[in-house]
Amino acid sequence: MAVAFDEMNIPGGDLRPAYQELARWLKETPPEALEYRRQEAELLFRRIGITFAVYGDSESTERLIPFDVIPRIMSGREWTVLEKGLKQRVKALNMFLRDIYHGRDILRAEVVPEDLIFQNPVFRPEMNGQQVPHDVYVHIAGIDIVRVDAEDFIVLEDNARTPSGVSYMLENREIMMRLFPDLFARHRVAPVERYPDELLAALRSVAPHSASSEPTVALLTPGVYNSAYYEHSFLADKLGVELVEGRDLVVRNNEVFMRTTEGLKRVDVIYRRVDDDFIDPLTFRPDSVLGVPGLMSAYAAGNITLANAVGTGIADDKAIYSYMPDIVKFYLGEEPILKNVPTWRCREPKDLAYVLDNLSELVVKEVHGSGGYGMLIGPAATKATIEAFREKLKREPEGFIAQPTLALSTCPTCTASGLAPRHVDLRPFVLTGSKSTTIVPGGLTRVALKEGSLVVNSSQGGGTKDTWILDE
Amino acid sequence: MLSRTAENLYWLARYVERAEYLARTIDATLRVTALPATYIGKTNEWDSALLTAGVAESFYQTHEEANEHNVVDYLSFSADNPSSIRNCIEAARLNSRSVRTALTSEMWDTINSAWIELQEVWSKGTSTREELAKFLRFVQETSLRFDGSAYRTMLRNDAYWFSRLGLHLERADNTARILDVKYHVLLPEEEHVGGPLDFYQWSSILRSVSALTAYHWVYRETLKPWLVADLLILNGTLPRSLASCYENLVRNLDQIGVAYGRQGPAQRHARGIRNRLEHSNMNDIFQHGVHEFIQEFIADNSRLGEIITKQYLI
Repeated sequence: MAVAFDEMNIPGGDLRPAYQELARWLKETPPEALEYRRQEAELLFRRIGITFAVYGDSESTERLIPFDVIPRIMSGREWTVLEKGLKQRVKALNMFLRDIYHGRDILRAEVVPEDLIFQNPVFRPEMNGQQVPHDVYVHIAGIDIVRVDAEDFIVLEDNARTPSGVSYMLENREIMMRLFPDLFARHRVAPVERYPDELLAALRSVAPHSASSEPTVALLTPGVYNSAYYEHSFLADKLGVELVEGRDLVVRNNEVFMRTTEGLKRVDVIYRRVDDDFIDPLTFRPDSVLGVPGLMSAYAAGNITLANAVGTGIADDKAIYSYMPDIVKFYLGEEPILKNVPTWRCREPKDLAYVLDNLSELVVKEVHGSGGYGMLIGPAATKATIEAFREKLKREPEGFIAQPTLALSTCPTCTASGLAPRHVDLRPFVLTGSKSTTIVPGGLTRVALKEGSLVVNSSQGGGTKDTWILDE
Repeated sequence: MLSRTAENLYWLARYVERAEYLARTIDATLRVTALPATYIGKTNEWDSALLTAGVAESFYQTHEEANEHNVVDYLSFSADNPSSIRNCIEAARLNSRSVRTALTSEMWDTINSAWIELQEVWSKGTSTREELAKFLRFVQETSLRFDGSAYRTMLRNDAYWFSRLGLHLERADNTARILDVKYHVLLPEEEHVGGPLDFYQWSSILRSVSALTAYHWVYRETLKPWLVADLLILNGTLPRSLASCYENLVRNLDQIGVAYGRQGPAQRHARGIRNRLEHSNMNDIFQHGVHEFIQEFIADNSRLGEIITKQYLI
């Protein structure tokens, strides 16, 4: 594996310009002061109740995501490139979804193989020919970005269903401003606090035509036991919209209403954080108690906007991912600004053979997995694990893709033995309304806290950092 | 607002109020039982504590007799007793989490930090009287802080009114329950036979509704049982009296009625109870029978809870 790109230090001893002020500040600040601030931050997170639940972990159902107080910094110039690339990518995702559920030009042009769509469990035939308000499918996208050198931004994963983490982006900033006012005074950091406003504007802009001029937005949560419940309540609060559960909603004459103390009130836009499978027991899983019976018929009647739309999973599927550069070119006629990680599709015999021969060097992921579960990191795995995985792979090759082990970039991070480089990624949040696409400068930086670890997922011991885009 | 949100706010306030009341009851009982037996007679005060908490029946399903150790444990820490202080705080926090958007950050912080702090008490319990006293004080302070932050930080809209409804309904129920258990020591002058023995019973009742000092300010008298009853039932200036609870219930229901532009059975029912309290005096109540009066009140009060639920919360 190549040497990781260090976002702060240039090999040879110099600092990258964006980090110069931070380095000066770190020199002036004694390590105890940092440790003290770290503890203070943890206390704040716990008191505010910024916790998440880990599934299958009965001992402590609420945990904190570790927070690292050293910010991750990018220059405004770097951000401009990234922003442009993100807008391009999300535009293509939306056009792809519209096409897949309508004309299917891309399948006819054989850019993407048909069976990858129609035999994919996340493809929703219910959405065939269904108009979605303003043709927006992915209103909120979380695109996971990694860096391996100073030039390129690489997309690791598109999240087009119900991406989470934005509350950490906002709270991390709040807490950093509270703990390090001096450090902020020495930088010009682009603010992120307008995210809720932009989200609300985007949601209201996509209200169905039958809505009143003041559309009602609600945020649909699976409930208090969901791992991201804190985020749901946080966002509903910041947006000033009702936080509803399935049992709060009822469908009458193909319109959606919420039960209020004053009777039924119509809802026009649902920012839903419930997966497709659970959203309507009459259409999808009949055992779901999280959803709203009849919601899909109100959706078909055009009386409700769901954000994100139903069926967007087909765009962020890992098997589709490898076609993204072609998808961007097909719809936009442009070269993709953001790169893809080279990907071997195990469904193709040639690729599978290569993957099986090189398992110890590759990362192998389940096509439909998420959260870092069920993947093999070849270089870090034991022989036995690799052999077990090889059998799984042979049994069901179409369920997997493989990628080279990327040397994710590193940032200085507080560790037990002082500051040390740790691998990071970045999830910016891209909002698409009826008229425009916006991205607040920054996103959620996730950091793998264990030395050498490349897994940044919070469910696997990753932490977060505040992400600074410098205004120049 | 969402019916579920209103329901959560209403129950949140009830749980916090109940936790405080239980802490006060335990506190008052500890004081009485610390006295030599000649001062309090033969009644088992721990038994009455269970009765006033309304959990005697469930307690005796798993216990032989009531004593300080097992009643304190049952009322404070038991996970099996649905209305133990522990379960009240747990339920209050769960409710708070579900309606975080309707709470101010001060209210959330109060419940959440109390919940965090009490995790340790749940796992270890309290081994000394001192620790127990500290715990009981902490629970009462949490309730005061919660109530105070609600009062000082909430918008005066339906969210506030529904939480006040829960508070006053629960409070009325608690005061009435004490009266129900202790009515036999609150007889009018001519029928009274207990003598000075009951003095400590009366002060204990007052203490459990934090009205001992208030009594002296209102009546400027030594403790007289019929005045204790008067204070707890009819005196509108005492926040925990039935009259005061109903004044508040009527006011908050009216505010909801005005905001929503319509009145309903809850408003009418509450006004009915308030009027009855307003037009009563202690003589009539004694004639009618304190016990019967209180029992009717408890039934009426819980009926109001049902009506509010039906009208607004489901």
